[in-house]
Amino acid sequence: MISLAGRDILHSWRKFLLTGIGLGLLIGVTFSMAGVYRGMVDDAQALLSNSGADLWLVQQGTQGPYAEASSLRDDLVHGIEGMPGVALAANVTYFNMQVRRGDTEVRAMVVGIEPGKPGSPSHLVAGRPLSRSHYEALADVRTGFELGDRIRLRRHDYEVVGLTRRMVSSGGDPMVFIPLKDAQEAQFLKDNDAIVNERARSAANPAFNRPGVPGLLEAVIASQASSHQVNAVLVQVKDGFAAAQVAEPIRRWKHLQVYDRAGMEEILVAKLIATSAKQIGMFLVILSIVSAAIVAFIIYTMTMGKIREIAVLKLIGTRNSTIASMILQQALGLGLIGFFVGKLAATLWAPIFPKYVLLLPRDALTGLGVVLLICALASTLAIRIAIQVDPAEAIGG
Amino acid sequence: MPVSFIQPPAGAVVPPGGGILVQGLRKVYGQGATAVEALKQVDLVVGPGEVVGLVGPSGSGKSTLLKCLGAIIEPTSGRMVLGGKVLYDQSWASRDLSALRRDHIGFVFQAPYLIPFLDVTDNVALLPMLAGVPNAAARSRALELLNELDMGHRAQAAPSQLSGGEQQRVSIARALANRPAVILADEPTAPLDSERALGVMRLLGRMARQSQAAVIVVTHDEKIIPTFQRLYHIRDGRTVEEAGQGRSLD
Repeated sequence: MISLAGRDILHSWRKFLLTGIGLGLLIGVTFSMAGVYRGMVDDAQALLSNSGADLWLVQQGTQGPYAEASSLRDDLVHGIEGMPGVALAANVTYFNMQVRRGDTEVRAMVVGIEPGKPGSPSHLVAGRPLSRSHYEALADVRTGFELGDRIRLRRHDYEVVGLTRRMVSSGGDPMVFIPLKDAQEAQFLKDNDAIVNERARSAANPAFNRPGVPGLLEAVIASQASSHQVNAVLVQVKDGFAAAQVAEPIRRWKHLQVYDRAGMEEILVAKLIATSAKQIGMFLVILSIVSAAIVAFIIYTMTMGKIREIAVLKLIGTRNSTIASMILQQALGLGLIGFFVGKLAATLWAPIFPKYVLLLPRDALTGLGVVLLICALASTLAIRIAIQVDPAEAIGG
Repeated sequence: MPVSFIQPPAGAVVPPGGGILVQGLRKVYGQGATAVEALKQVDLVVGPGEVVGLVGPSGSGKSTLLKCLGAIIEPTSGRMVLGGKVLYDQSWASRDLSALRRDHIGFVFQAPYLIPFLDVTDNVALLPMLAGVPNAAARSRALELLNELDMGHRAQAAPSQLSGGEQQRVSIARALANRPAVILADEPTAPLDSERALGVMRLLGRMARQSQAAVIVVTHDEKIIPTFQRLYHIRDGRTVEEAGQGRSLD
């Protein structure tokens, strides 16, 4: 038996192809939306993986350093290093800022690190690690900086000496790594006017000018001019120790909030991007409904355009099941064209997106199933119409 | 020319080998006060290889009769025997009317209504294929018919590439593809000029004789009426046979 659907498709292949391409672009948008969500999750996981940490120590009662503000004294790390099971501990600071690049600005997450310790990028795609104590930077390639470029951060210029890849914040902003001391200054120090005003206020404060306490005001002012705050301490545990085993005494004796990898992933994926995920989920649902409506409309229109032929087919003895199968095959064919066009389109335009779009094969496979299911469901309306066609319409009268 | 009408013989039987026998066929649309009796008493006999005309004014019941004979609508009462098999006797003999139409009845319409996405061969071969005949055998049968109808050279053409007369010849080939016992033709020459109309009727007659199919042609076309071997008039839902008709153009 010849394939009636296949012959009809071949007969009007231009119309079918153009319709499939139109549907495919819509499916491509759907895939891209799913890819945006996957990219967000992957960004969050990359952030954790690339930090090289097993434990995140943050201010008590907070979910820092990525989801909430967290502030710790930077000398806390010395006590942590002596805790049982701790292999390495390092202070880190994180803050987002607009970084100038030529005539434009790049939103980046500036990370203060202690080179070679947790928080430092695990690998570079070009250049070398930070080797000087000040004014060197490592930048992710997505910032657009190249080796030798100079980055202006607050009051200082930093030379890019190394490049990283896929080092991004949970929000997808590329990272710029600078030495911890520089980052502390850039993050916590005030501008000159603010410092002058602060000094004037301190000098006018009688509490700092008490008789018989020489040097008090100078000491207070000196403390205001330097920062000893960090956002978190990252810890690598020794081999043979479980993260939970190391976390417990730190939590008990240092009065810090301690997160292991799973806990931090929970914060980043389930909480930080939860709203965005719901937003994208809503888009996916709406796009699926729109796609279904469009497929239904297209198949319905195609069927209505063949009512006379269907009546003739029924009159000469074609079974309803054969006609239903023809319409279903056409709907599935349209879905297949749409799927391949959509997959191709999503793959081609994914790199253009400002944020990471991750297209997973299993999502594509699920997408194929959903597309075929939608097409099958959408064809039911047209099948119903076709089955109700009276063979007598071919005769008239 | 004076026309005399004769009634079909009571208790007529189908000639040996097939043909059509219709006895006391009634069709009522609707119920109660709104009921319309489209066919009141239809009796007709068509022998195998015979081409019979069916004429009548609009609303006389021609289309209803054709639909009943074509197993498209169910009569209210009566009896129909097609190709030696009882098609209807107060109820359908088979529930699978699609298969019944496919295997026993050929249709030729006013317009050819070829399937536009199939070429000429497959338009003709579709019916045998639907009946389960292997593709190669079905195409072979189609080519055989097309050659007989002088359409073999257009076997691979799309319907849109054919003239009106050529399309109608293909539709005749399609009607014959499953070797039906009965061919029902609804105004098959309406869109054609005289010469082509007579050509189509000549073909239909020749093919009917070759395949021993009984042919009923519903028509308003005066120019083809002399080609019928017999002519039935239908008036107010009743059939009467007009005597004295019948001459072949062959």
